[in-house]
Amino acid sequence: MILVIAEQRDGTLSRASWEAIAAAQHLAAGAPVVVGIAGGDIAGVAAGLAAAAVAEVVAVTSPALAAYTADGWVHAHTALIAEVTPTWVVLPHTYQTRDFAPALAASLDRALVTDCTAIKHVQGQVVFSRPMYQGKLAADVRVLGEAPWLVTMQIGAFRADAAVRGVSPAPVRTLEVAIAPSAIRQAPEAPFQEARQAVDLSQAERIVSVGRGIKGSEHLPLAQALADALGAELAASRPICDAGWLPMERQIGSSGQTVAPKLYIAVGISGAIQHVVGMKGARTIVAVNKDADAPIFEVADYGYVGDLFEFLPALTAELRKS
Amino acid sequence: MKIAVCIKQVPTREWQPRLTDDKRGIREQDASWELNEPDAYALEEGLRLKEKHGGEVVVCAAGPARVTSVIREALARGADRAIHVQDAALGRADGIATADALAGAMREEAFDLILTGLQSDDQGHAQTGVVLAARLGRPHATIIMEVQVADGRLRVKRELEGGWFQWVAMALPAVLTIQSGINQLRYATLKGIMASKKKEVRVVAPASPVTPRLEVLSLYVPEKTKRTEILAGSASEAAATLVRKLREDARVIA
Ligand SMILES: Cc1cc2nc3c(=O)[nH]c(=O)nc-3n(C[C@H](O)[C@H](O)[C@H](O)COP(=O)(O)OP(=O)(O)OC[C@H]3O[C@@H](n4cnc5c(N)ncnc54)[C@H](O)[C@@H]3O)c2cc1C
Ligand SMILES: Nc1ncnc2c1ncn2[C@@H]1O[C@H](COP(=O)(O)O)[C@@H](O)[C@H]1O
Repeated sequence: MILVIAEQRDGTLSRASWEAIAAAQHLAAGAPVVVGIAGGDIAGVAAGLAAAAVAEVVAVTSPALAAYTADGWVHAHTALIAEVTPTWVVLPHTYQTRDFAPALAASLDRALVTDCTAIKHVQGQVVFSRPMYQGKLAADVRVLGEAPWLVTMQIGAFRADAAVRGVSPAPVRTLEVAIAPSAIRQAPEAPFQEARQAVDLSQAERIVSVGRGIKGSEHLPLAQALADALGAELAASRPICDAGWLPMERQIGSSGQTVAPKLYIAVGISGAIQHVVGMKGARTIVAVNKDADAPIFEVADYGYVGDLFEFLPALTAELRKS
Repeated sequence: MKIAVCIKQVPTREWQPRLTDDKRGIREQDASWELNEPDAYALEEGLRLKEKHGGEVVVCAAGPARVTSVIREALARGADRAIHVQDAALGRADGIATADALAGAMREEAFDLILTGLQSDDQGHAQTGVVLAARLGRPHATIIMEVQVADGRLRVKRELEGGWFQWVAMALPAVLTIQSGINQLRYATLKGIMASKKKEVRVVAPASPVTPRLEVLSLYVPEKTKRTEILAGSASEAAATLVRKLREDARVIA
């Protein structure tokens, strides 16, 4: 039995849940899959999940689960795992999973493999691939110790539309769990967005994005000149915004904006997954990086391997020629 | 307030990976090392909280003897003392094994607040801080971008995906995993470096044997799935080729 822990917020299913279902179906290789979903008012999401070709959907509810808390989710899923007795528990590697899954693994005292990009069946053994060293290397790993084993899947590793749908809806069951209010130590407030974004990069047709390779804010005019010559917006990886060289609203990635321009030029950006998820939908991607093995070349259509301080002025000059 | 900051030593960003002969680890003798980036922010946050609320900042690191260099750096930046859980197996341990080793050494200190980074730049488990909280029986919150302390309670700003945030309150003692960019970092001064030489580094062995939950079977450079067209020639030749291709093939510029 394989258990998928799906994710919702305010009764809306997170897309990554379908990716986790696809991963679980691949891992199961025919064995039954059960989907669990926790929350307050989740009948609608549970019914939606029943479209998947799975043995059943279990809606885990309690008044204590109305809002997400790490403690609430650990209690709910401990109860769910005791009920379903899975060998594997599959989750999407979202920020919410990062917040509670390690505590769940700790309370079960079982292995947790995070951020997996692939699942392989090798000689009767399940092997997971995951990035290490900021994506410079990948590792094939296996779990040790007793089941259940927990595994979280990198966003985008499996396609949501690869999840097999059933011919008829799967049965939905409700699991009421008793959680004492005192067992929940975190008091959450409502999620909010920082002041309205002044720049909406999602509408930009062309983006020049700078990373730590730019070395200092004094070099930003080089990138701005290229952006001007292209009629592009300037954006950045997280460290550039962390350092205050560009405002946060120009950050691309999982904690910043997601963009899909016609052209994305990544300058001195290594291509960590948290950056790539925000820009891999661009139609044409150009990477400028002095390291030929930088992960950004995984997603680039065109690459220049070399010094950005030589290439940027050359490219700007070339564009100005015509 | 008694604050602990967990720090990890990781290879520098410029480091070019080279593997051991069995392809299951990196050649450590070729690596240069630095403080894991989110941990530097966690340390800075700890120092700021101490400046505001008093108390002490204790850095805790698990790993082989080599991790002394980042412990020294943290002391030079202003941490008061250090605990080093030393064991060769902790150099590559998974999140649960690392948290167990740290918990064993940190339990008796009864810290009011424990800060860790949200993720290590080398193994990237994104687990250790949360498991540590569970092991010590403390509440936790992750990916923190602001910390407020008042009347023995915490109010912290969690980063959610896509530019969303959320405030969460909880009682102390607690564990937080800190996100890069929460503050502006300070660097060690000469005075700090001199002062650090007299600070205490307590070296302890893990309280129980390091028990791995994960095994690395092989390490490799990720296979490329997309064919990137590498632009040949000098910078200006490559620039000319690129402009032509963007115009004529990709048609993304006029
Ligand atoms: C939960 C979480 C959320 C995150 N959210 C985001 C996010 O939203 N957005 C984001 O970007 N990151 C995010 N990150 C951080 C991410 O993991 C990386 O650390 C970050 O993207 C790295 O930025 P970088 O590529 O600019 O820097 P680095 O990784 O340091 O890369 C710099 C690159 O520049 C190259 N370079 C250096 N000098 C030159 C030169 N002269 N010429 C050409 N190339 C050069 C180097 O070869 C290197 O590849 C997040 C991390 C976590 C854990
Ligand atoms: N060996 C270690 N020693 C001290 N702290 C560690 C160690 N490994 C991980 N941590 C802490 O846990 C955080 C998350 O690491 P990880 O779970 O490996 O992604 C890091 O940012 C550190 O603060």
